[in-house]
Amino acid sequence: MPRGKIELGSVETLSILDCKGTVDEGLMPLLDNKTLLKAYRLMLLGRRLDEQAMRYQRQGRIGTFAPNIGQEAAQVGAGLAMKKEDWFAPSFRELGVWLARGMTIKNYFLGWMGIEDGNSGLKGTANVPVAVPVATQCTYAAGIAWGIKLDKKKAACVVFFGDGATSEGSFHEGINFCGAMNLPAVYFCQNNQWAISTPRKKQTKSETIAQKAIAYGIHGIQVDGNDFFSVYVASIEALKRAYEGKGPTLVEAITYRRSVHTTADDPRVYRSEKEEKEWDEKDPIHRMRSYLEKKKILTKEDNEKLEAVIAAEIKAGYVEAEAYRNSNIDPLSYFDYIYKEIPPYLKWQKEIARHHLKGRNVIKGATEPVKGTGGAAAVGQLEEAED
Amino acid sequence: MAETKRLTMVEALNLALFEEMERDKNVLVLGEDVGVDGGVFRVTKGLVEKYGEERVVDTPLAEEGIMGAAVGLALYGKRPVCEIQFSGFIFEGYEQLESHARRLRLRTHGALECPMVLRAPCAGGIRALEHHNESAEMIYGHMPGLVVVMPSGPRNARGLLKAAIRSNDPVVFLEPKSVYRSIREDVPLHDDVYPLGKAAVLREGSQFTVVTYGAQVKLVKEVMKKGIEEQGWDPEIIDLQTIMPFDYETVVQSVQKTGRCLIVHEAPRSGGLGAEIVARLIEFSFLYLEAPIERVTGWDTPFPFYAREDTYLPDAQRITSAVHNILSY
Repeated sequence: MPRGKIELGSVETLSILDCKGTVDEGLMPLLDNKTLLKAYRLMLLGRRLDEQAMRYQRQGRIGTFAPNIGQEAAQVGAGLAMKKEDWFAPSFRELGVWLARGMTIKNYFLGWMGIEDGNSGLKGTANVPVAVPVATQCTYAAGIAWGIKLDKKKAACVVFFGDGATSEGSFHEGINFCGAMNLPAVYFCQNNQWAISTPRKKQTKSETIAQKAIAYGIHGIQVDGNDFFSVYVASIEALKRAYEGKGPTLVEAITYRRSVHTTADDPRVYRSEKEEKEWDEKDPIHRMRSYLEKKKILTKEDNEKLEAVIAAEIKAGYVEAEAYRNSNIDPLSYFDYIYKEIPPYLKWQKEIARHHLKGRNVIKGATEPVKGTGGAAAVGQLEEAED
Repeated sequence: MAETKRLTMVEALNLALFEEMERDKNVLVLGEDVGVDGGVFRVTKGLVEKYGEERVVDTPLAEEGIMGAAVGLALYGKRPVCEIQFSGFIFEGYEQLESHARRLRLRTHGALECPMVLRAPCAGGIRALEHHNESAEMIYGHMPGLVVVMPSGPRNARGLLKAAIRSNDPVVFLEPKSVYRSIREDVPLHDDVYPLGKAAVLREGSQFTVVTYGAQVKLVKEVMKKGIEEQGWDPEIIDLQTIMPFDYETVVQSVQKTGRCLIVHEAPRSGGLGAEIVARLIEFSFLYLEAPIERVTGWDTPFPFYAREDTYLPDAQRITSAVHNILSY
């Protein structure tokens, strides 16, 4: 066999909305003003909810928290492209998708208060809960997509993960499974450039994440993840491909984690202020607002009103969550959700636990208030400071 | 008399799969070589011909992919039965059991469940290569939320697999492959479903209790038969069938009657199920014990290459010696 070359195809790229709020009209999706305002509202709600949650964490009202700041367009763009029947397999940084799919603020806070109960509403929905171990949702997403295919439903499973996740075996096994079986799945990578302190370039020698699609024999596209319209269009196209039996798509949304990995992280240790500043003007909310104002879909006054409504909504959601936590909930309910029926020995353990709890209020609030960043890394420091 | 058929464990498991796929169209089988090949041990033989490639699926060679797909299918509403070719390869997909299958019910406060079955041949005794002999049941047994099952013969293999497929909990179903073709039993042809979490008392006796499961049941029965005939022993023999959550009540009742107990399993001794049984007997039957509880188990080593496997596995000599210890105390 002589030397030759195998041409392996290419990946698409897409960018519609620039940093000044101007769009490439030829690429714009057909969206009415109501939908545009909904998208903006969800993005803004996500941003303010994150900011408030960060404050609550510092005040000790909720536990360690992972914000989504800077990634709102990627999340809301994909979330609004999905239909109710499409399955949603999240990691832990998809607030915008959750909001687009109707999650309540109360339930969001309950999760961060360390209370499972907020997830009980998932029954009968196409939403599965947050997956913390990185990329592990990428494998079960294949099973969900497989179920959809077996039932010949016009739906897809959309699975979310970050750039770091693409180094995991779970990502590879899941996406390869979907490719090999031609399953209706969308692998949506929020490439936010950082996996805690490890930059994207240390994860892989690949120039893009999207190009990995070529190796799996599936469609790949890299989009400006801070541009709502690009993300929306790419997601709609990927879903359409899935509905039509054309198999999975890998979408790489280029974005930036503008805040901390979690409240236990301090980015000043590993990245420069200069780099962070460079992403200021690419901020997704700022860009969307500029567009809407230019098109006179949103006025400054509208925006102020919206800010006030959102602030009140967030506060009310938190109050509801806190009231639920303080409403004398069963501190041992988890014993009932291990097996369909509680085995005798576990029942015995539950009784013992109950006996020792008598007369004590043991539902825990998050933590003592903390000052500044630090979290896990600061635990030792605090102890030292007390010496 | 109910109609019966004389089957090996492989044939009985195969029958259970046919029956459950027929009963519920949501049941599907996935794994490596489970289709035309019928699985390397032929447990899934003939299924693809009857139920087609949509429900009997040769997957890519990816254990986490298989186990993850099973979790996803279960979340979606199907009843996946996935096969991992040898239990020694479960570890490549272990993540999905630990992080998701067992936790989904708790994580969602009861809203979601994960009714999947993971089948895998386990344990030693067939002169197999490395990684093909493990008895790692207590690794899964220490993951609350999983049900861990190990049949000992054709009849309970069929009945337990049927129950596992119908269960709404994730079940790790470990098949001792040395028993796959070494025993034939009369298997009743009616819908014979064995409850999970329930032990079987194979012989009632008054002198001492032997608790065992899996491949060791066959060995224990042989050794006890000889002891009964030659030494006049009167053992009560318990086959646990479900490893976790296990039927400690049957064990406790038995030992309260006999006062003496021997535990036999292939898995390593420290932290093995035997250790937990001892602990529960101390918790619930301390004052009934007439002798220290004996354990005959695999050693606290990895399973050796096969030329030395007989030194690792429990055998008649070790079991007989342990019985003498508890009787002469």
